[in-house]
Amino acid sequence: METLTVKKEKSTPNKKKTTNISGSVAVLEAFLEENVEIIFGYPGGAIMPIYDALYDYQEKLKHILVRHEQGAIHAAQGYARTSGKTGVVFATSGPGATNLVTGLADAMIDSTPVVCITGQVYAHLLGTDAFQETDVINITTPVTKWNYQVTDATEIPSVLAKAFYIAGSGRPGPVLIDITKNAQLQLFDYEGYKRCDHIRSYRPKPIIRKEFIQEAAKLINEAERPFVIFGQGVILGKAENEFKKFIEKSGIPAAWTILGMSAINTDHPLGVGMLGMHGNYGPNVLTNECDVLIAVGMRFDDRVTGRLDKYAKQAKVIHLDIDPSEIDKNVKTTVPVWGDCKETLPMLTELIQQKTYPKWLQKFKEYQKQEDAQCIEPELHPKSDELTMGEVIDVINSITKGNAVLVTDVGQHQMVTCRYAKFNQSKSNITSGGLGTMGFALPAAIGAKMGAPERTVIAVIGDGGFQMTIQELGTIMQSEIDVKILILNNNFLGMVRQWQQLFHDKRYSFVDITSPDFVQVAKGYGIAGKSISQREQLKDAVNEMLSHKGAFLLEAMVGKENNVFPMVPQGCSVAEIRLK
Amino acid sequence: MSKQEFTVTVYTENQIGLLNRIAIIFSRRKINIESMNTSPSEIEGIHRFTIVINETEEVVKKLCRQIEKQVEVLKVYYNTSDEIVWQELALYKVPTDEIAEKAKVERLLREHGARAVVIRKDYTIFETSGHREETDKLVEVLEPYGLIEFVRSARVAIIKASHGFHEKLKEFEQTEPGDELIENEFLNKQDEVFTM
Repeated sequence: METLTVKKEKSTPNKKKTTNISGSVAVLEAFLEENVEIIFGYPGGAIMPIYDALYDYQEKLKHILVRHEQGAIHAAQGYARTSGKTGVVFATSGPGATNLVTGLADAMIDSTPVVCITGQVYAHLLGTDAFQETDVINITTPVTKWNYQVTDATEIPSVLAKAFYIAGSGRPGPVLIDITKNAQLQLFDYEGYKRCDHIRSYRPKPIIRKEFIQEAAKLINEAERPFVIFGQGVILGKAENEFKKFIEKSGIPAAWTILGMSAINTDHPLGVGMLGMHGNYGPNVLTNECDVLIAVGMRFDDRVTGRLDKYAKQAKVIHLDIDPSEIDKNVKTTVPVWGDCKETLPMLTELIQQKTYPKWLQKFKEYQKQEDAQCIEPELHPKSDELTMGEVIDVINSITKGNAVLVTDVGQHQMVTCRYAKFNQSKSNITSGGLGTMGFALPAAIGAKMGAPERTVIAVIGDGGFQMTIQELGTIMQSEIDVKILILNNNFLGMVRQWQQLFHDKRYSFVDITSPDFVQVAKGYGIAGKSISQREQLKDAVNEMLSHKGAFLLEAMVGKENNVFPMVPQGCSVAEIRLK
Repeated sequence: MSKQEFTVTVYTENQIGLLNRIAIIFSRRKINIESMNTSPSEIEGIHRFTIVINETEEVVKKLCRQIEKQVEVLKVYYNTSDEIVWQELALYKVPTDEIAEKAKVERLLREHGARAVVIRKDYTIFETSGHREETDKLVEVLEPYGLIEFVRSARVAIIKASHGFHEKLKEFEQTEPGDELIENEFLNKQDEVFTM
């Protein structure tokens, strides 16, 4: 107890005149300088000095106590994705830090700016297998944009400035700073905080080369069947308006990737739908019929391209990306346009002719009609009594008018939500796209709500994924976070079951999952809830959920063995997309 | 495109952990590193990695971009063997009795550009440097005399066309680099693509 009081005196902040502060206080001062509002975290032995300092910063820095460190980083991701700012996480050493790894990998592959601070054992104990010591730097190297271990407090201001600069600039990504306990406690002469705006070995934005823009414009102007595909780069670059102007002047139909969704309104006349394995029919088939393919801020993920050697082989490819390593990585580019699309898109828009492609656009509509008849109509107006996931999402559309943030987990419900959801503003579709992390949605929705408190946030989750991070209901309870939780329960690990049905002779191997009474579980956490299985209950139940003050859990029991279609089977080309 | 030997030269900051960051770019893709050397460069504080791999140019190009993407990496070059001057150093330990008695040591040293580093009663250590075939050749020659130990260093290489890194670094240090700094040099090799 004695040591504790001594520590407290040392770490008392708010003494601007005093330049002597602890490493812990320096961390929090850095947060204030970087305009951090919220920290998602979980305390533990090796990060106690920072939490001790935080005790005196509670007025300035909000801290959300999660129930598991994975929840903290997913919440920070959700926050970053709806706010456009950098999410911040605290975790302790050892297991606290290793619990972040899934979220780091998720943030890495989905380019989400996150700064994680992990506590570490005293520097003199490094490498001794000390209690809760683990080699966090080396564990996290492949899943961080940058990481660094601090053993001396004097480094903290400059290292944190670098961390925020790297996480948020260029192609964003997660940064982890591991701070040994001695550095957190160490007192040093604080000379103030200087934000970082340049690192000589780091070029966040490649220099734009005009000759490539001219070349791209020439290709576009000469094209007969041009097709735009866009990803999250448009949202991360805050280039939604620039992108809209580009497609509206060029008149080119545009399809989104799962993470690019909501960058333009889903009902935009030139928006032809979603790409990829469970995307729309037209965009997939016509990828292999366009003559110029213009990819904006996307990375040709295998779920988008299908079989690569049969992907858009007839097309000349223009690729706009901020990350030079993405050019030619998967798809050979005819004209690479390196740079921030917020800058390159207007340059391109200026050089292109105002055009329309009515015949070409009509082709998308014809494919849409087929998809409507064979996939969408049966999903939205099913003949059976069983609810479908699609009709639940459709009711949400009709009530929220496309203004809600939808946070999805991973699996059938995710694909259905992204297929059927309507969005009227950017940063509305939050999902784990690249890593496919089950358990993402519930904690991410917490962060998403804090990042956009004025918006309605609905976490759409399957019965499987919900049980992976179900403990975050405790966070929602304690911090009184107004998230709506929609469980689409088919009593199966549905996407795996669908694959087993289609590709493994219906050998349903361990996909039959038993769930608790979710409404009762929510009730245990003081969260109101309801379960429905009848069509006539649906509208009222969704209305009740959305008008309820505070968190609400709605469980919709849906058909057990429904499948998501269309589907590009693995190993097939996008043109071989199946409607059933 | 067939596999061939490429030498990758990486200019970096001197930072703990960077070796690992670079190494895992290869191991993640299950690509074997034939040789890797880290050393100071012509500029104080800037380190230089020399990495040798056998791959197709397409793969090498992608690997170089992944390496260059690392925050503390300044610049990456890749070259075929005829674009560089390279050397490897080798040490050979042989029993002194055998070698003094049976070999024409003087001729042997002259032919292989080798020199004796240590001569003791029980063993002698020769040193030579050169290309892989040359250092391998001396192994063959010495084996009949009971070669006790052999070790060869990683490759070090100088790029024939390089003007060094001083000028480049000056540009990197500017917040707003000038047009002269074309970071995306790989693009220039794509000229043929645009003539179609």
